[in-house]
Amino acid sequence: MNDQSAYRTDMIAARQAPDQRRGVVGWLRANLFNGPVNSVVSVVVIGFLAWCLWPFLKWTLFDADFLGSTRADCTGDGACWVFISARFESIVYGFYPEAARWRVDIVFAMMAILVAWLAIPRLPYKRWVGLFALVGFPVVAWILLSGGYFGLESVPTRAWGGLMLTLVIATVGIVGSLPLGVLLALGRRSKMPFVKAVSVIFIEFWRGVPLITVLFMASVMLPLFVPGNVEFDKLLRALIGIMFFWSAYMAEVIRGGLQAIGRGQNEAGQALGLGYWQRTGLIILPQALKLVIPGIVNTFIALFKDTSLVLIIGLFDLLAIIRAGLTDANWLGFSTEGYVFAALMFWVFCFAMSRYSQYIERRLNTSYRT
Amino acid sequence: MLRPSSSLLRRGHGPLWRNPTVRALIVQFVLFVALAVFIGFLVHNTLANLDARGIKTGFDFLDRRAGFSIPQTLIDYTSNSSYGRTFVIGLLNTLLVSAMGIVLATLLGFLIGIARLSPNWLLARLATVYVETFRNIPLLVQILFWYYAVLRALPSPRQSLSLFDAFFFNVRGVVMPDPQPLPGFTATMWALLFAVIATVAFAVWAKRRQSRTGQALPVYWIGAGVIVGVPLAAFLLTGAPLEWTIPEMAGFNFRGGVNILPELVALWLALSIYTASFIAEIVRSGILSVSQGQTEAARSLSLPGAITLRKIVIPQAMRVIVPQMTSQYLNLIKNSSLATAIGYPDIVAVFAGTTLNQTGQAIEIIAMTMAVYLVISLTVSFLMNLYNARTLMKER
Repeated sequence: MNDQSAYRTDMIAARQAPDQRRGVVGWLRANLFNGPVNSVVSVVVIGFLAWCLWPFLKWTLFDADFLGSTRADCTGDGACWVFISARFESIVYGFYPEAARWRVDIVFAMMAILVAWLAIPRLPYKRWVGLFALVGFPVVAWILLSGGYFGLESVPTRAWGGLMLTLVIATVGIVGSLPLGVLLALGRRSKMPFVKAVSVIFIEFWRGVPLITVLFMASVMLPLFVPGNVEFDKLLRALIGIMFFWSAYMAEVIRGGLQAIGRGQNEAGQALGLGYWQRTGLIILPQALKLVIPGIVNTFIALFKDTSLVLIIGLFDLLAIIRAGLTDANWLGFSTEGYVFAALMFWVFCFAMSRYSQYIERRLNTSYRT
Repeated sequence: MLRPSSSLLRRGHGPLWRNPTVRALIVQFVLFVALAVFIGFLVHNTLANLDARGIKTGFDFLDRRAGFSIPQTLIDYTSNSSYGRTFVIGLLNTLLVSAMGIVLATLLGFLIGIARLSPNWLLARLATVYVETFRNIPLLVQILFWYYAVLRALPSPRQSLSLFDAFFFNVRGVVMPDPQPLPGFTATMWALLFAVIATVAFAVWAKRRQSRTGQALPVYWIGAGVIVGVPLAAFLLTGAPLEWTIPEMAGFNFRGGVNILPELVALWLALSIYTASFIAEIVRSGILSVSQGQTEAARSLSLPGAITLRKIVIPQAMRVIVPQMTSQYLNLIKNSSLATAIGYPDIVAVFAGTTLNQTGQAIEIIAMTMAVYLVISLTVSFLMNLYNARTLMKER
């Protein structure tokens, strides 16, 4: 055998083992320490987290007080959540009379069931449940909350407050602004010049001004608009302002959906001899609304966040009730706890809605591809 | 077949009310009458109510003496000034906090939006947490948090936290050195103006030269050098005519320096942090919207990474980013009206608040306040439409 054999006879020298690509070390190497720049960034971020996250956790959890009922129970260095737990009832129900709070509970439960039913795609009878949520539920909720019928004690709206009021405003805003928004969006795309002009002016007006000025208007100008002897409920005034304001935003979202539906759909409807409302209601809207569900939910989120603005015109929503608690002489100096808790409450609702919107977006993406 | 008729009434067959044109006319007429009646009803009630309350309508009140003081005024104002002046003061304060907010929100938003796309897992997650946290908490809660829980918790002026012994943070706000221009300072301002004009002219010339010869000049570096260097030279040549008054503790409060209201700081931080979470998402989606093929094509032409980013990715991303960004800026301006919750003297707090309470001219004042925001919104949308028309993708 000569030396020029086709195969080598000596062993290859041992090499270093390749970089670990698996396990914790491999993951760290791939995601945090690949290259000098990334390593520096990682170290800085870790330092930042250690600097702010740890004191935050210590304040909110480890050094915090949870149990007790008075200020004297706040013994730790951290947050004193006793402030929240002591006032939890009023944070949820506001000034609603204690004897009648079961009515609020029933409405809460109904709302939870309806929302869950509509949100979970697998459940049947969506159309009927949706119709009930839009028409039946508001009536039942109104009878239960405000009372005055069927022997229920009447509770004036100025006693409403806390989380319950926030949910009432958000629900009425959502339920009211959606149909109004659909009408405005259709009006804006109408071929009738006057209808179109009215819709455009209405939409652009409300979109151009801040909600605060709308609420100011509702609280100081609306009473001037009705005959002098009619009493105009403060909550109702705020609700009208909120509904108009958000219907304009809703209209723009829905218009986006209407524009995405091809003209052929409408023309096919015409060829079948369907009238305008039949074409719109049976062909165009079901497709358009389905397309813009994420946009609608995003508007709901914005609406929900902005319900907190009613505190400026003197309604006691979730935030205002917590704020009122902060001025209680027994509980001075707990503003951080109060606002962090308010932030958490709002965050939970909004985050849940935004997650739902993303979920729906993914779901619809599979069924509808252009 | 009948001859084509010009009369809309004779076209088609069947009863008149089935004719689409007639129907449209009827619908519009009914809507018009309903609206007119409704508005007439409102106007009638309003006039009757105003009459019953003895309120005189009209804008005469704008000339009357205001009689209240405002904690932050960018132009001269005393309690002897007119109500009309309170409108201007409020408007300027609104514009001030909006401008400050837009700058900080843009910086923060771009940083976080880019950080969300970082290959560094930790940084990307941190940016995500930022966005998901601040986007889902009402702005009002954030404003109140910064104001009451953070700034109100700062020590009294005597125990101020200090930075370099020049910036002081206390419960009454931030006190910082105040630049006082001395007589020769105008030369520096003229030099700055000249440098800016020269840089713009140079940039235009350099671009023309590049399209003619294909040779690029380092416009950014030269421009930055000119804009910094020329005024600096003028400043030093005239003998540095600028004096800083450093705040000093005197008695219970600071003397000298500028005092920035805690309300302004709280509102500014909250507006910027909140809006930045939306801008970050816009920036991220803008960058992601530029298709991968563009970067790959640039790489196959062996363009360096920085040029690819500056000349290929960013201009295309901007087309997606700018319109959405403008609507965020508009939101920020409108949201600055939440100032009234903490008493920052913006137009809503001063004019639609104090002035309205004192004069009772609800209709005029609310209309004027809304008109301000409407004018801003409509102007910006108009400019935006121009921009969109200019940067529209030219498709062949």
